[in-house]
Amino acid sequence: MSSPAELFPPTKKPAEALSGVTVRLAGDSGDGMQLLGTQLTNTSALSGNDVATFPDFPAEIRAPRGTRAGVSGFQVQFSAEEIFTPGDGVDTLICMNPAALVTNIGDLRRGGILIVNSDGFSDKDLKLAKLDVNPLDDDTVEGYRLIKVPMTTMTRDSVEPTGLSVKFADRCKNFFAMGLVFWLYGRDVEPTLRFIENKFSSKPDVAEANRLALKAGWNYGETTENFASTFSVPAAELEPGVYKNVMGNQALAWGLIAAAELSGKELFLGSYPITPASDILHELAKHKNFGVRTFQAEDEIAAVCSAIGAALGGSMAITTSSGPGIALKGEGIGLGLILELPFIIIDVQRGGPSTGLPTKTEQSDLLMVMHGRNGDSPLPVIAAQSPADCFDVAVEAWRIATKYMTPVFILSDGYIANGSEPWKIPEVESLGKIEINHPGARSPDDEPFMPYARDKNLARPWALPGTPGLMHRVGGLEKQDGTGNVSYDPDNHQHMVDTRAKKVERVAESIADVEVFGKSKGTLVLSWGGTYGACRTAVKTALEAGVEVGHVHLRWINPFPANLEKVLGQYDNVVIPELNTGQLRLLIKDKFLVNAIGLNKVKGKPFHVSEIVDKIKEVAGK
Amino acid sequence: MSTELPVLSAKDFASDQDIRWCPGCGDYSILAQMKTVLASLGKKQEETVFISGIGCSSRFPYYMNTYGLHSIHGRAPAFATGLKSTRPELDVWVITGDGDALSIGGNHFIHLIRRNVDLNIILFNNSIYGLTKGQYSPTSKVGKVTKSTPMGSIDQPLNPLSVAIAAEASFVARSVDTNIKHLRATLQRASEHRGTSFVEVYQNCNIFNDGVWDYAKAKATKDETTVELQHGKPLIYAGGTKGIRLNGFSPETVDLDGNIAQDDLLFHDEKIESSQLAFLLSRMRHPEFPEPIGVFRAVDRPTYDSQINAQVEQAVEKKSKGDLKTLFNSGDTWTV
Repeated sequence: MSSPAELFPPTKKPAEALSGVTVRLAGDSGDGMQLLGTQLTNTSALSGNDVATFPDFPAEIRAPRGTRAGVSGFQVQFSAEEIFTPGDGVDTLICMNPAALVTNIGDLRRGGILIVNSDGFSDKDLKLAKLDVNPLDDDTVEGYRLIKVPMTTMTRDSVEPTGLSVKFADRCKNFFAMGLVFWLYGRDVEPTLRFIENKFSSKPDVAEANRLALKAGWNYGETTENFASTFSVPAAELEPGVYKNVMGNQALAWGLIAAAELSGKELFLGSYPITPASDILHELAKHKNFGVRTFQAEDEIAAVCSAIGAALGGSMAITTSSGPGIALKGEGIGLGLILELPFIIIDVQRGGPSTGLPTKTEQSDLLMVMHGRNGDSPLPVIAAQSPADCFDVAVEAWRIATKYMTPVFILSDGYIANGSEPWKIPEVESLGKIEINHPGARSPDDEPFMPYARDKNLARPWALPGTPGLMHRVGGLEKQDGTGNVSYDPDNHQHMVDTRAKKVERVAESIADVEVFGKSKGTLVLSWGGTYGACRTAVKTALEAGVEVGHVHLRWINPFPANLEKVLGQYDNVVIPELNTGQLRLLIKDKFLVNAIGLNKVKGKPFHVSEIVDKIKEVAGK
Repeated sequence: MSTELPVLSAKDFASDQDIRWCPGCGDYSILAQMKTVLASLGKKQEETVFISGIGCSSRFPYYMNTYGLHSIHGRAPAFATGLKSTRPELDVWVITGDGDALSIGGNHFIHLIRRNVDLNIILFNNSIYGLTKGQYSPTSKVGKVTKSTPMGSIDQPLNPLSVAIAAEASFVARSVDTNIKHLRATLQRASEHRGTSFVEVYQNCNIFNDGVWDYAKAKATKDETTVELQHGKPLIYAGGTKGIRLNGFSPETVDLDGNIAQDDLLFHDEKIESSQLAFLLSRMRHPEFPEPIGVFRAVDRPTYDSQINAQVEQAVEKKSKGDLKTLFNSGDTWTV
């Protein structure tokens, strides 16, 4: 076999250097757009670009072919500079059919490159997309650099030597598109060739067909007169280190594994499949050699309850879900809280209420995780801000859970879970150990064991079954502080409710203060969770435009960091952008009596940077 | 220092908590027999864990000087699965009632049984909701008049043993709260079985459903209304005067008046792979039939907890013990 360089010769056309590019790939659910996007992302990351991605796909596994509902998209920004979002406007849009075109063209920048598979625009395709007129022939595509490529025909021709049927040949057209995009941006094909080799190792003819399609796409770019030049995006200046491109759910799973190792615990996951959280279960199930036990429970309730059972036994216990599942787990979480056992509950949020928008992102579970249980039942809540941050959040959540003997909530969302970015691989030695002490055996002559005796953090001992002399009973009934015996005493109940609340407040002593980015007066953008990237980019943009604006991003929402009140007091205005109707705003207003202004959106999509910039300017009076 | 292990008595398994069941409740007897059985089997307090849901029976763990979890309604099987999967060396018991196991916890009940987690479920069946003061339960008979069914229940009841057998139970048994000897023997068999052992105990609620099991408990009638199952033996009851015979696919009662040979009777086999016999026995209900008590089924099947741990061992063997550095640097990486 020839080397990649021979098969994919570097372009002879001039290359225009760009600081960054946003590409969106859109096609039918079955067109392999997610795969194309992942390859483009990985290869860009490997070439040193900073990358951020946004996969956007329908909830249906096979939505009706060719329809607007069935359009699957993948957006990636790769850049020579540090970036925090997958980009607002799209520079290059690749569309495999009319449905993809009409649903995505609104995001393409004026003058942007529009590459379409012209074979995908037959009368039948137009009808499926509910179009009377071919959008390639009317003003839909006006103002863009339209490049029509007969991808289906050219793919079929290119894979002919393999003798594959038309049906299988057509499945290779995403690799043709990939070849063209790789050529256009001077991407290295080597990682993708390796991917093909591994993925189709048992089907050599399919592997060969995909290689041929990839090459045909590449060669088409070089020969066609549609492209006079290519583009190059130099490597970004990231902090020195070894990097890896990670998706949020993967980083979360790895963070959990790391936390287990750092605390000398074995990990138990009780989970029930649910979008967009299932990939955490899938990832953890791959790593049983770390002592990981994954239990796919019969339902969400059993999932959390099994985790509590494992926590009782001394494991690092986790349960993962999304909004509908967290609603079901409420009673179990309340039990975990009154048992004062450490475990982690992960909510990868999606559009709600009810089944809502399973594959779309939202931040609307905040009040549920804060208050969605019977009784006064506060729990620590930490939210991940980006795909790579999921790793650190997992470790920190376990540190707090064990230090204070409490369940801890981790909030992620569909945008972070499926999005990806470069992760600077930490030195294992630099990750601090997590100290856990279990009380030792006692003889009958010792003082009686007090399962609800408290240390300075108000944490009770984590006594494990199997330890002689520590036999005790715990349950959901209110218990006497100290002994843990069932108690209906009015003063004791008051004391226990207060103590459980105080314990969560004390977590503030163990978490970092908030840091201000930008100005310390004027307007403050206060954000949490997955909107971090859009807010940080917006504040940067506004600062460059001369607006007096600062940015504070919250990781811990319960308790709030100790200095938050002071920081809030420095500003004239506080803007809280959220992908909900104002849930953090409610908490901030309640706690600090700050007249915060909301920027709220619930469209199942992340913020555009421009939306936040506009709001900052409006509030700041610029 | 002596290396001899102290021998525990039933008393050692009693906690210091006052028992709060109603005087005369059938639960007292089950508690007493449990303590005796654990002591006689040489179990250790610290290695024993009782997990319950909600209901009168679910107060049980508070009265045992072992580890215990009084959890939430219906979910005890899930807590027990999480614990046993991660701590297979512990002796885990699930204490539940007819409402807890079969109504709110029906889902967890069948899934625990099908997974065959190595633990014991003791279902105190009193056919009534006692703790909430007397509503009909999923085992109450059609027509049962309670506070919530003033005109009589219209729900078809569930048969706990049939449900367990249909859920692929590897061990199924029935006993009676006041039949002390039988109950002890049954609890012991359950404890000795590897896999999920399910025991239904007919338990009297003398406040809200008094006498529901009298036919099976009363000295005067129990010989006629129950048949004690013994592995490899024919089904004979009523002091040897009656037996059970198969007529096609259905059981029938026959008088052993000399015209019927013992060999013609139905012989009990708790070890056959097929669950058909156990199911057939579970369908024999009073008053048409004497109700079988004892072990219906005891077969060997891999347990969930041993397998989940075996997979961890296999993974370590195949990929070697997990190493964070190797994990972090797996796949494509690049250096800046």
